[in-house]
Amino acid sequence: MTRKNAYILTSLLVLLVGTMILSSCIGAVKISINELLAILGNQAGLSYPVTFRPQQAAILLNIRLPRVFLGVLIGAGLGISGAAVQGLFRNPLAEPGLIGISSGATLFAVLMIVLEVGLFRSLSGAMGFYALSFAAFAGACITTTVVYRLSVRNGRTVTTTLLLSGIAINALAGAFTGLLTYMATDEQLRTITFWSLGSLGGASWATVTGLLPFIVIPVAGLPLMAKSLNALALGDAEALHMGIDVRHLKRVIIVLATVAVGASVAVAGTIGFIGLIVPHILRMTFTADNRLVIPGSAILGATLLTLADLLARTIVVPAELPIGILTALIGTPVFLYIIITERNKNKI
Amino acid sequence: MIEVNELSYLAGKKELLRRLSFEARSGELLAILGANGAGKSTLMKLLCRELVPAHGHIIFRGKNLQQYKLPELAKQRAVLSQQNTISVSFIVNELVMMGRYPHFEQLPALRDIEVVKLVMEDTGITHLSGRDYNTLSGGEQQRVQLARVLAQIYDCPDACLFLDEPTNGLDLLYQQQMMELARRMADKGYCVICILHDINFASRFADKILMLKEGRKVAIGSPLEVISHKNIFETFSINVKLMACEGYSCPLVIPAMIQNKP
Repeated sequence: MTRKNAYILTSLLVLLVGTMILSSCIGAVKISINELLAILGNQAGLSYPVTFRPQQAAILLNIRLPRVFLGVLIGAGLGISGAAVQGLFRNPLAEPGLIGISSGATLFAVLMIVLEVGLFRSLSGAMGFYALSFAAFAGACITTTVVYRLSVRNGRTVTTTLLLSGIAINALAGAFTGLLTYMATDEQLRTITFWSLGSLGGASWATVTGLLPFIVIPVAGLPLMAKSLNALALGDAEALHMGIDVRHLKRVIIVLATVAVGASVAVAGTIGFIGLIVPHILRMTFTADNRLVIPGSAILGATLLTLADLLARTIVVPAELPIGILTALIGTPVFLYIIITERNKNKI
Repeated sequence: MIEVNELSYLAGKKELLRRLSFEARSGELLAILGANGAGKSTLMKLLCRELVPAHGHIIFRGKNLQQYKLPELAKQRAVLSQQNTISVSFIVNELVMMGRYPHFEQLPALRDIEVVKLVMEDTGITHLSGRDYNTLSGGEQQRVQLARVLAQIYDCPDACLFLDEPTNGLDLLYQQQMMELARRMADKGYCVICILHDINFASRFADKILMLKEGRKVAIGSPLEVISHKNIFETFSINVKLMACEGYSCPLVIPAMIQNKP
């Protein structure tokens, strides 16, 4: 059982590495695998009997690699948070957006873009490009905290209330975002649209290293909750009887998911579907055991997002499609296919 | 084993349990009887530490229940609840293994795998091992859950087992098997506390019966002491006939016809 999980996870990792190599090689400037190895070897101080053009090296090291790594980080963060939140709600339809993470981030980002408030100006002065990310992350944290606070009664988190307050706060944040969009100028509208469709276009080593801790901590921490989430699938009371501190578990998961998704949205805008479908794919093809689904979602999420970004930047060269469109375009048919095969299987 | 002292519980201003005291020992099967809303489930939740008492206290194995750490408690008591539906599906074997979760960190030890095998034999579900839980019948699901619960306290022969209406939704044969299994567990030294609706089951399998009415104790004692016209009328507000039956130490309880009352 667990050995099988290890095999699956290893195969998924191999798939991810393959996708990363593929994505590093393909683009407006082509780089062969040999050249890729040569450039990386050269960086590490090894000599390699393959020649490459300096332009290729510059593109790989400064543009493509950071972008690939950013895709991996964000995909992993979105995938693993999706799996954890679905486990938390005991509902395969849940996704991190449900507890207000994305809507809060969007609202604050749009607020910054449209109002160009004084605070934002001084933030921009201090942090430049990161000001928007910072605002979005703060928005994610604030809305999620409000949603969580609303659902705590007598120290216990009531899941239904959590879901309902999530829906309410999402609607409210959506309304304010709509209002701001209505007030926005044409130029601001463009920025808002682009931001809300998501893009990895802003990738640089600085964004990658900035995002790294926000993804590494949840990706390392959430798999440790897998066993407890399995128990939680039987019910809050049952998990408690099995010795699990359910209250603590819920709080930790919400915090970790907010950190990962909030930071991802802040850097790349809202990228839908990864958090919803990746855990599903794993659950339907392999098992519902969270010890596979949680770490597997990180790896598969990273693979899918890297692949989607590869398509996003190559499909309409020299322009670039927003990645959120692509994840939905690829994700939906895959998702429907899985649902249909699953339905047919259950009928027999 | 378990000592309950002056236990009260309030929901809002309503007193669901009122100054309840009793005790249950190792090797004893205690059945809790009472009408709907008598406080049976509340009592069970308090005993499992799902709820915290408003007044009074529960001593579990010589220590106040509230002082236990949850993982420590999980190795000494297990609970079979009434509601058994799960939203995501697990393979039966994995679900039973969840009973061993308090005993290992990330990977199950050999002992855990062995215990899972043993409890599945005990509950007669070995043939279901590879099945998807959600495709099982209600009776099979109940037995899988029972196996999980037994796996949790398998290594602790004087642990406490709580069963909340374990015969609910089962056919006659499974009801019988369930109660026989509960009896066997008590004979092995476990303390079994069981909410029941069937008075005859209670009198046949339990060592002690606790009768509750509106959060108060009506009676507690051996079936022979407790099963009487008066107590049953006070607990359930119905008239019954008691009939001696060959092979049963305690008289059987049969509801009297309501229409025939003068």
